[in-house]
Order: sequence, then C-alpha cells, then structure tokens
Amino acid sequence: MADAPNSPGPSGRPLGRPLSPHLQIYRWPITMAASITHRATGVALAGGTLFLSWWLMAAASGPDAYAVFAAAAAHPLGQIVLFGFLWSICFHLLNGIRHLAWDVGYGFKVPTAKMTAALVYAGSLILAGGAFVIGMMVRGGLGT
Amino acid sequence: MTRLNTPLSKIEGLGSSKSGTHHFWHQRMTAVALIPLSIWFAASALAYVGADQGAVAAYFAEPINAVPMFLFIVASTYHMSLGLQVIIEDYIHNEGQKIALLLLNRFAAWAIGSASAFALIRMALHP
Repeated sequence: MADAPNSPGPSGRPLGRPLSPHLQIYRWPITMAASITHRATGVALAGGTLFLSWWLMAAASGPDAYAVFAAAAAHPLGQIVLFGFLWSICFHLLNGIRHLAWDVGYGFKVPTAKMTAALVYAGSLILAGGAFVIGMMVRGGLGT
Repeated sequence: MTRLNTPLSKIEGLGSSKSGTHHFWHQRMTAVALIPLSIWFAASALAYVGADQGAVAAYFAEPINAVPMFLFIVASTYHMSLGLQVIIEDYIHNEGQKIALLLLNRFAAWAIGSASAFALIRMALHP
C-alpha cells in the first residue's frame, strides 16, 4: 500500500499523485465499527426475514410442516441462528435510535458518539443475552 | 438544445436526484414505527417460536396479535428494501448489474412480505 501513489498509471509511468490510504490501514475506532455493524446486522436481518416467513408459513400450513421448522429451530445450529437474529434486532434497534438522535441533531460530539457506540454494543449483548436466557428458562430452551 | 419543461417544473425539478428526500423520510418513518413493533415481535418470537403449531396459530388468530404482526411485516420488509437499496447503490458500480439487483431487491421484499402476510392472514381468519 505504501507505494500506491507511485503505482503506474494508464501510460505505464508512475502517476505520483497523493492518494488516501486504503481502508485496511486505518485504526478501527468504535464509531466506525458500530457503523459497519449496523449495516451488517441490517443485512443479517434481511436474511432473518426468510426465517420469519418460514415460521409463519409453517404455522399456517399445519402440524406436519411445523414439525420440520421446529426441528430446525431446536437444532444447535438453529439456536445459533435464532440468537444471531435476536442480537441483530437488539443492535440494529439500539443503534437505529442512535441514528434517529443524530437526525434531530443530538450526540455528534466525539466523546458522546464513542460512549453511545459502546453503550449500543454492551446494551445489545445484555438485552439479547438476557432475553435468550429468559426464553430458555420459560420453555427449557428456544425451539424445544 | 430546447428544453421542453415549463419554468415551474424547472424550479420544482430535483435534477438528477429525481426524488429529493422521499427515500430518507420513508426509511426514518419505518424506523420509528419499528421501535415498538420490533420489541413486540422479539418478545412474541421468544415466547412462541418454541411452542407447538396449535399454540402459534392460536396466538396469531387473536386480532391483538395479528394486527401488530401485520404492521411489523409491512414496516420491516419496506425498511429492509430501502436499506438494501442503499447498499446496492453504494457498492455496485456497473449500471446493468445495479438495475438488476435493485429490481431483485424490490421483488424479494414483496415476495417475502406477501408470503409472511398471507400466512398470517390465513391463521387470523381460520383459527
């Protein structure tokens, strides 16, 4: 990356232009991580709508179709997917509220933005973890 | 070159952006709606994803559960299509691929939303 400004141009000669560094060499401030995680959890939730659709269609179709869904949800992999779905909702919800606060002009100071990003990470893990554990206590396991 | 649009349409025109703040505003409206709806959905899913088919169908047969679920399906699939559209516009620079993916994005949102809504309505109307 260090020699990027001197890389050959279309003519084959080095251009010698100043270039901004590639994404990979920046530090990862927590605000940048939160921004990327917001987009990633958004994509994950888009995938999650397929599971939501499956759940509703299976429940509407009858006990046989529902048994297939229930077996998949009770499988350890299904439980991981369910926890990921739940955490993605919690993160996207909390960070979405952070975005709405920015939209009306609050929370732009750097220390504030860093603190709220940390709060979103901690809060989403606590909420998702707590809800998942409560779900397990109530039913002896999600999907069982 | 002669411009055929009227002076009014020129001053009202949004130039190459075509649509002003429509996308931004709809994403925010659905975001605000999804604050209570997604909390309600997460709680319902936690309580009922492990229940048997009869319990799930009975839960969504109640109007007090079917209506928020319907609103959640509409708001979340619309919010999803708006969000994925931004990601496609950010990362796909080939015009043909971009248009194909933007179409696919909208079709998928309608397909997923419709499938979920029809399943819900079936449970709500045939308890």
